[in-house]
Amino acid sequence: MTTLELILLAAAGVALLAAGAAVGLRRGTRVLTPGAERILFPFSGRRLSREALDAALRLSKAEGATLVPVYLTRISRQLPLDAPVPQACETALPLLDVIEQRASRAGVAVDSRIERGRDPRHALARALEHERYSRVVAVARSQATDGFDPDDIAWLLEHARGEVLILRPERDEPLRWDAPVLGSLG
Amino acid sequence: MAAGVGKTYRMLQEGRAALQDGRDVAIGWFEPHGREETIALAQGLEAVPARRVEHRGAALGEMDLTALLERAPELALIDELAHTNAPGGRHEKRWEDVEDVLDAGIDVFSTVNVQHLESLNNQVGELTGVHVRETVPDQVLARADEVVLLDLTPETLLQRLREGRIYPLDRVPAALNNFFRIENLAALRELALRQVAEEVESKRLVREIVGTRAEGIAAEAPQAVGERLLALVSPTPSSQRLVRRAWRSSQRLGAGLDLLLVVPPNRPLDPVAQEQLEALRRLASALGCNLIVEPGEDVAETAARVARELGTTYVLMGKPRPRSPLRRMWAPALPFQVMRRLPGVDVRIVADRTERGNGGT
Repeated sequence: MTTLELILLAAAGVALLAAGAAVGLRRGTRVLTPGAERILFPFSGRRLSREALDAALRLSKAEGATLVPVYLTRISRQLPLDAPVPQACETALPLLDVIEQRASRAGVAVDSRIERGRDPRHALARALEHERYSRVVAVARSQATDGFDPDDIAWLLEHARGEVLILRPERDEPLRWDAPVLGSLG
Repeated sequence: MAAGVGKTYRMLQEGRAALQDGRDVAIGWFEPHGREETIALAQGLEAVPARRVEHRGAALGEMDLTALLERAPELALIDELAHTNAPGGRHEKRWEDVEDVLDAGIDVFSTVNVQHLESLNNQVGELTGVHVRETVPDQVLARADEVVLLDLTPETLLQRLREGRIYPLDRVPAALNNFFRIENLAALRELALRQVAEEVESKRLVREIVGTRAEGIAAEAPQAVGERLLALVSPTPSSQRLVRRAWRSSQRLGAGLDLLLVVPPNRPLDPVAQEQLEALRRLASALGCNLIVEPGEDVAETAARVARELGTTYVLMGKPRPRSPLRRMWAPALPFQVMRRLPGVDVRIVADRTERGNGGT
């Protein structure tokens, strides 16, 4: 093999690697970039308002913000505040999964949380303390869906930093807890 | 098993026994059905006052969930798990109220008839010709630590019915012509016995499987024995999803779960990563798993070392980021590196389910 042939072969090899690299990079999957703004979406219970979630997603999308769904759970006074809450997690996890799936379809970045407290308001207070956010979207309780009581909403308006948006769903079809049957192996 | 077998009575008996053992017991709700023996048994047990509800012109009593949660006893007695609440309550069904009570860390004794179990509802309908509208999802029963079956022979139950110990005497003939026929009661009894036998068997199997490992006969035990999961996390929001999936797997396997975050040594995390680390800590604490933060330049090597130390049998990690062919040639992806360093350990890549239906690349 002559020197010229060696040079041509090396050049071809470099070109192929470069092409491969370019193709490889283009095949990357879509990654949702977390937004600088963060919108807190606290909720509790088993019946999450679909209308409220969609409204929170639309707002996050319009603002280019990250949605921070926070499942608020109660922990017994007989237990320390940092005690595990596996039963509550069985409810929270499927709901957080559903939220993330809907957020992904809407093109909104999500950063989920589970927050414990002695009651939902205490859990909410802890979430407000722990989290960085610019807005809060909260749902008022309705017949069909779980949400905050008027007292909790008044408290939230008084204590939250930034803007607070309260939604009152009407004739909502809630997203419900749908946990798998426990006790099976595998 | 069925109305009249003595569920409420037994629940109150258990409540009284717990009270005598020094536990803080309160009645959230009970249905005495006018039975004097049952009412007498409830004497001396604290009862949370009922919530009064107006529904279709009638004044109804319902369990006051808020008051019960505020009272926060150690053990609550809540009768009739399958009951449908009158409108205006926090939940449509009493079993949902009970879930809230359990979430608040309060133990619950409750009662349910076998025909109210969701999976048996159709079968009961076919066997007896009576379709029961109020049902309880099976997973609610599956979450119970103990299920006690109150078993009576159909003949004894019918005798109690005829004596007016179940319903007032004027309702007895109708009951005998409808639900309380001997063939119905025999079918319900068989269903109830089978259901509880299955419950007991599934719990016994789990206990035996977990126990045998310690006794050194693991080779004979099913593969779920002694599993220990290690999830490799990063200080990013996507790790929350990975942790949730890993926790579900650990619950199904009855296995312990550790989370490992490998951080570069001598380089502090930036504020955003630090925030994510704190969020991971809180999630790990809520789920009851261990978060280990380990300094290391090489993630695969550090993960392999920690996995060996912990006796990990199962490593879970997120999908590796797409890399250029040049980088792939330079070093294999993290899962391959981990597999090479941990022979005999399962490695699972947790997919992002939000990408389902987006098509492949």
